[in-house]
Amino acid sequence: MDKLFRYIASTQIWRSIFRHGYPDTPRNRTLAVLSNVVLHLHPVKVRRSGIQLSYTWCMGGLTFFLFLVETITGLLLMFYYRPTAELAYQDIFALREHVPIGVMREVHRWAAHLMVISVWLHMYRVFLTGSYKPPREFNWNVGVILLVITLLLSFTGYLLPWDQLAVWAITVGTNMARATPFLGHEGPGAALISFGGLNFIHAGDDVRFGLLGGRFVGEAALMRFYVLHCVGFPLVAAGLMALHFWRVRKDGGISGPL
Amino acid sequence: MGQLIKDLADWLVEPTRYSLLTTALLAAVLIWRKKLTHPLVFGASMLGILAFFLFAWGDVNFKAIVTKPDNVPILILLISILFFTWLALRRAVLNDERIERGEPTLEGELSKQKVFTWPDLVYVELICMVLFTALLMVWSISIEAPIEEPASQARTPNPSKAPWYFLGLQEMLVYFDPWIAGVLLPSFIVVGLMAIPFLDTNPKGNGYYTFNERPFAISFFMMGFLLLWVSLVIMGTFLRGPNWSFFGVFEYWDPHKLEPMVNVDLSVYFWVKMLGMPRPESPLIREAPGILLLLGYFVAMPPILGRTFFKKMAAEMGPVRFNVMMHLFLWTALVPIKMVLRWTLSLKYFIGIPEWFFNV
Ligand code: HEM
Repeated sequence: MDKLFRYIASTQIWRSIFRHGYPDTPRNRTLAVLSNVVLHLHPVKVRRSGIQLSYTWCMGGLTFFLFLVETITGLLLMFYYRPTAELAYQDIFALREHVPIGVMREVHRWAAHLMVISVWLHMYRVFLTGSYKPPREFNWNVGVILLVITLLLSFTGYLLPWDQLAVWAITVGTNMARATPFLGHEGPGAALISFGGLNFIHAGDDVRFGLLGGRFVGEAALMRFYVLHCVGFPLVAAGLMALHFWRVRKDGGISGPL
Repeated sequence: MGQLIKDLADWLVEPTRYSLLTTALLAAVLIWRKKLTHPLVFGASMLGILAFFLFAWGDVNFKAIVTKPDNVPILILLISILFFTWLALRRAVLNDERIERGEPTLEGELSKQKVFTWPDLVYVELICMVLFTALLMVWSISIEAPIEEPASQARTPNPSKAPWYFLGLQEMLVYFDPWIAGVLLPSFIVVGLMAIPFLDTNPKGNGYYTFNERPFAISFFMMGFLLLWVSLVIMGTFLRGPNWSFFGVFEYWDPHKLEPMVNVDLSVYFWVKMLGMPRPESPLIREAPGILLLLGYFVAMPPILGRTFFKKMAAEMGPVRFNVMMHLFLWTALVPIKMVLRWTLSLKYFIGIPEWFFNV
């Protein structure tokens, strides 16, 4: 056995991928982190306090892990799902009927719920350890935007099954936009934006109409939410996460007492 | 006996009592944190919750609401919030004791040692990933994702609820008009969160848990996050039923349960009930009492509080920071104030000008 491993580790293929020996010496441990594109998100050495579970709760890492889970399961779901009012519900229903032990929809949904929880807890931990204080003010702000994006990702995904639960939850959520001051047709100040008795802000052109592409949650809204959910928000989130992780390191690693 | 406990529980979670209880609980935990975060106390409370849960499991109505697939995450949220709040406060208490004795904090001791990312950090991450993959698989195999009837614009389900993470805002719709509940308050939350690092000038408590070194910051954040966000999510999920009426956890969700709604504007209280005359015609005069009251609240409170209660803080923060912080604080406080006034005095609006869609 030992011989076999040693043989594999000495082949040209293996050595073309891993350019260092088994990571049990300081040199090789350093190389293991530095020469791996995923691992080199990390510094070579970390403070003991920063990797303690009772300090970080591992919630940022968990959020990122759940984001990856969502990306993979979401991609698989996209194979089966067509975002039209006619087909969306059927396609989701067919997943249950025709895919024998399919759990991708379940994993996608439960991981999404968990991600909202873990991002809240991550923020809670960062606040309670005062980790937003200088020099991490900027990264806290990146975090707040990530929080909003996470909620928007979840919210846009909620509509896609196109069942009663989905459509009415989104109706309740987007109804509020009607009341945006000045820009919603039932908002304070909207009536002021008029000319010669002609109202510029009405149900056919206010912000809610812009969000939904119509006066109610219909086909156009489904397409908008689908595109945002599958392409728009994930791209923004991935970009911001890269920035977030980079800043964690630039700001001196996970916070600790100075 | 069983029935008695159920009735008591339902009586306790009625909105006014529920809010009072959660507020009192948070206040008690913060004030007596040394005693209440003792592991034995926490363990005993957890066992108490577990016992209640096992008892309640036998009830059809309780089980129906708790085992709804989309409600399982809310239980996870509830339990993890309790656990992590305890953990953070426990470590804060220990650290505060260490600081008093002049010793380094728990984190301070460990932060001097550096370890290799490989293997110390990498294996923690690996174990985390494996555990959560397993958890997700088990969860997904045992609970099917819900799918309801196909979408229909004609039939409105009752209750129509927003996704669970927005239920706090939906609860706000009971007390405020949509432009406040749905637009203004969420904007304040986001802007307020982003402003935190620039408002909090206290250099202490960076990188370790502590309470004594930043009591106001932590209490304010916990009030907002635990009482006005998480607790309202839990209330909206488990206690709000058809027509957004209130239901105890053991109560059947009867769509015909009606709650009388006779809410009264402040202007009615002032002109009709106090002065005994009809309300004036012109909206601005009619609503003058409410306008003056709110103007007074937002204009007069910051300097008053800055000279008395928050004197030290105002001096440390400087006028700009202090005023921004105070306005965020006053908006946060307005939420529970309005809730309490609704429950006690059936107050509808401080300022009610439906002519202009301007109701506060
Ligand atoms: C999609 C969402 C997010 C992801 C994937 C993420 C990921 C991470 C990770 C992996 C870390 C390393 C330390 C740790 O795990 O605790 C971190 C640190 C940090 N995060 Fe996030 N985060 C997210 C959202 C947020 C939010 C909502 C906030 C705050 C509002 C935030 C603020 C911070 C700050 C200030 C740090 C540095 C903490 C320290 O040095 O102790 N992040 N984040």
